[in-house]
Amino acid sequence: MDLRLTSTPATAAERAAVDGLLGPPPLADGRVASGGHRARARRQQLLPALQALQDRVGWVSPAGLAYVCERLTVPPAEAYGVASFYALLATGPRPATVVHVCDDIVCRVGGAGARCEALRTRVGPGLDEAAPAGNGPPADGARVPAAAGWVPSPCLGRCEQGSAALVQRATADGPALRSLGPAPLEAVLHVLAGGEPLAPAPAMSAPQAARSPRDPGLRLLRRVGLVDPASLDDYRAHGGLEPLRRAIALGPRGVLRELEASRLVGRGGAAFPTAAKWRAVAENPVQPHLVVGNADESEPGTFKDRVLLEADPFAVVEALTVMGVVCGARQGYCYIRGEYPEAEARLRHAVTVARQRGLLGPSLLGSAYAFDLEVRRGAGAYIAGEETALFRSIEGGRAEPRNKPPFPSDAGLFGHPTAVNNIETLLCVLEVLRIGGPAFAAIGTGESTGTRLFCVSGAVERPGVFEFAFGVTLGQVLAAAGGIRSGRRLRAVLLGGAAGSFVGPEALHVELTFEGVRTAGATLGSGVVLALDDTVDAVDCVRRIARFFRDESCGQCVPCRVGTVRQEEALARLAAARPLGSTAAELDRLRDLAESMRDASICGLGQTAAVAVQSALRMGLLPAASERPR
Amino acid sequence: MTARPLPIPPRLVTCSVDGAPVAVPQGSTLLDACRQAGIDTPTLCYLETLAPVNACRVCVVEVEGSRTLVPACSRPVEPGMAVRTDTERVRLSRRLVLELLASSVTLDRAAPELRRWIERYGADPGRFGPPLPPTHPRDAAAPGHHGAVLVDGAEACHQPVKDDNPNYVRDYARCILCYKCVEACGTEAQNTFAIAVAGRGFAARISTEYDVPLPDSACVYCGNCIEVCPTGALAFRGEHRMRGEGTWAEERQVVTTTICPYCGVGCNLELHVQDNAVVRVTSPLGHEVTRGNLCVKGRFGFQFVQNRPGEG
Repeated sequence: MDLRLTSTPATAAERAAVDGLLGPPPLADGRVASGGHRARARRQQLLPALQALQDRVGWVSPAGLAYVCERLTVPPAEAYGVASFYALLATGPRPATVVHVCDDIVCRVGGAGARCEALRTRVGPGLDEAAPAGNGPPADGARVPAAAGWVPSPCLGRCEQGSAALVQRATADGPALRSLGPAPLEAVLHVLAGGEPLAPAPAMSAPQAARSPRDPGLRLLRRVGLVDPASLDDYRAHGGLEPLRRAIALGPRGVLRELEASRLVGRGGAAFPTAAKWRAVAENPVQPHLVVGNADESEPGTFKDRVLLEADPFAVVEALTVMGVVCGARQGYCYIRGEYPEAEARLRHAVTVARQRGLLGPSLLGSAYAFDLEVRRGAGAYIAGEETALFRSIEGGRAEPRNKPPFPSDAGLFGHPTAVNNIETLLCVLEVLRIGGPAFAAIGTGESTGTRLFCVSGAVERPGVFEFAFGVTLGQVLAAAGGIRSGRRLRAVLLGGAAGSFVGPEALHVELTFEGVRTAGATLGSGVVLALDDTVDAVDCVRRIARFFRDESCGQCVPCRVGTVRQEEALARLAAARPLGSTAAELDRLRDLAESMRDASICGLGQTAAVAVQSALRMGLLPAASERPR
Repeated sequence: MTARPLPIPPRLVTCSVDGAPVAVPQGSTLLDACRQAGIDTPTLCYLETLAPVNACRVCVVEVEGSRTLVPACSRPVEPGMAVRTDTERVRLSRRLVLELLASSVTLDRAAPELRRWIERYGADPGRFGPPLPPTHPRDAAAPGHHGAVLVDGAEACHQPVKDDNPNYVRDYARCILCYKCVEACGTEAQNTFAIAVAGRGFAARISTEYDVPLPDSACVYCGNCIEVCPTGALAFRGEHRMRGEGTWAEERQVVTTTICPYCGVGCNLELHVQDNAVVRVTSPLGHEVTRGNLCVKGRFGFQFVQNRPGEG
């Protein structure tokens, strides 16, 4: 293809940022004639290159984008399509410092609504709220962006802290993204005034792990808080690498037998048997095979994978290596959401150390198995956690999911047979190898084996990640988190995140197993247990969920792209007591939207975008809608 | 004529559509099966000459054993599949897709079948309230954020018409985001990649890089995007002007098939003539060489015929 690029040259900083990632340009005059397979193989560097620009100069300028396109032989329209897809990339000039202030469902329980209001009065409206961010270079006379600005953000995955923010700062050295957590108003104002973001407090994200003596029932959390996340030796001293040794001794077939005996199912939400997934890839005659760790957990209220990545990164590396050995893959990827800079840094460090120590590379622990791992960073898109969208994102495209079949085990990343699991599932595999498949199957209940991580947040005394063997009830989980805060009354629990369902206090006895919540008409989803007490504005919470799905829809299919907008509008009209026609007509509309989104959307986002809203309506959480239809 | 070896006849796969058995060649889609069974299946983003993107979801059908509905246009037929095309679920989803599109996009220049489908599925275009312009300019929308939620009606995709080149006009208030133009501009036909989908969610739109005018983009004015556009969002400049003036009258137009006079390829042209002037040029989709595609000369280089300087 002939690239037609803007004639404005990229600035030195922009070139340096891109060259820092891609290496120096091959020819000084820029007349590079290379196409075909070599050019296409570079496409996967597109998102990292755009991130390099964003990190260095604070936005993706037309000239910077053109330089990336020239280096990677990507048409600029396509590159712009990618750059304008991700919330952590800006295609218009932006302040050098942008604070993304979480105003999602959990932080709202912690007063995020009031915090954002205070910011609006004291600093001004959030970027993109008053005037749009604009596009391309600033017009002559356009206002120069201020030094710092803020923008409301969907869930940042630091829900146990009650208030979260992410600082994005254009910089030539040091990390461009840093978490603020907790992020009370003063901390945000401090950064907006030019101050250094304070490092996140060493919060105890897993209260069970802080207790002494340590609970022997902790399996996935067994090293959390105990092991030095930067030390491979410490990891080994705490039982690390034993599962990998065992996997190599057992061989792929042996591990699959153990996994089958364990009856482990995926923890990402779909509850698909892990052994079946891995076997489909391992036995696929098409080569090469790939494995992917999905650390893009963006479900509002979910932070378990972040805790694991931050506290036990070597376990993630080891688990992915086991996955590679079993699935016959020599290359793996771990896609980690952009909002987790600390977890990403620790995982990258772990990968580097593992490579140095022969834990990754051509001969794992001296065996004939070879495996290497690449860490990829997301750029602010919930939808990228959907497996086919995740592949597209790694490949350098817009994170748009596609229809299945074909399934990833047949055509996954780069079109190769691919196994993909989320981090919690991967750590379960290590546990299966540690104690054996039958022993794992003995934990939990008949259909739900092993332990499960629950992200307990909201109106509880001690929010955090909790691990329980399957069979624990909702009431027991809330009690472990200290119960409802300061003696308030429980109003509802959101189970499974924004894609999950609200349940009432009558569900406290429900066993949080796959089969138990199914009979209660809910799902476990990503393990979110968000408690809402009687002080929480439930209408506001439901509307925030509707806003979330609208904002995070990729825009590909009509039911989701337009349906999520119409759903939000109908809820706004109900809340304002200005129904179109009658309340019954609005509820009718909402129900039809829910059905068509569930039935006709391409992926799980659209298919679940109305689940929480519908459950809230059933529970009567929306008083304006209590006039029941028909 | 050149002798060509006959291909091996493909194996037939049998499925059932609305209870009747249908045998189609292996690799066929459910849409092929439906059409073979004589069932009119609505499609918007589908075109025979392009790879299906199954984005519009108006062709969804119910397949026994499938949790959700499946897009007929892209799902290959598997032996023994039981397909239902007229169940309550199918009708509801198809109706909602049509209502949602009608609530957000101007559809008055869309293909006439669309009106037929709207009638058949009982879609109420005004069900979600009167269309209102967005609160932010769509071309500058930031991903993951949107303006105030409108309660007086339905937020729609109103956008100023882009009239930035001598050949054709882009009126994205009529765009249903079927991806066909992007495909035609890209690997499916032209390999120019002047346009792509930008933004995300409801703010997703077809755009050049940074919304630069077409003359600054990679566009080569082949007009193959106009050929595939199902809603009239892309139109010859003259057509756009005539429609605005109310002088566009398809019933008065005569289509003349001829051959492009410019080069030796000899692409087939269909000249749409109204009042003795060429107003639009298309090319037959079914032609095995050009598959509906032309270049700038065949598509727009017809002024010399009528020897009138100015607009096409």
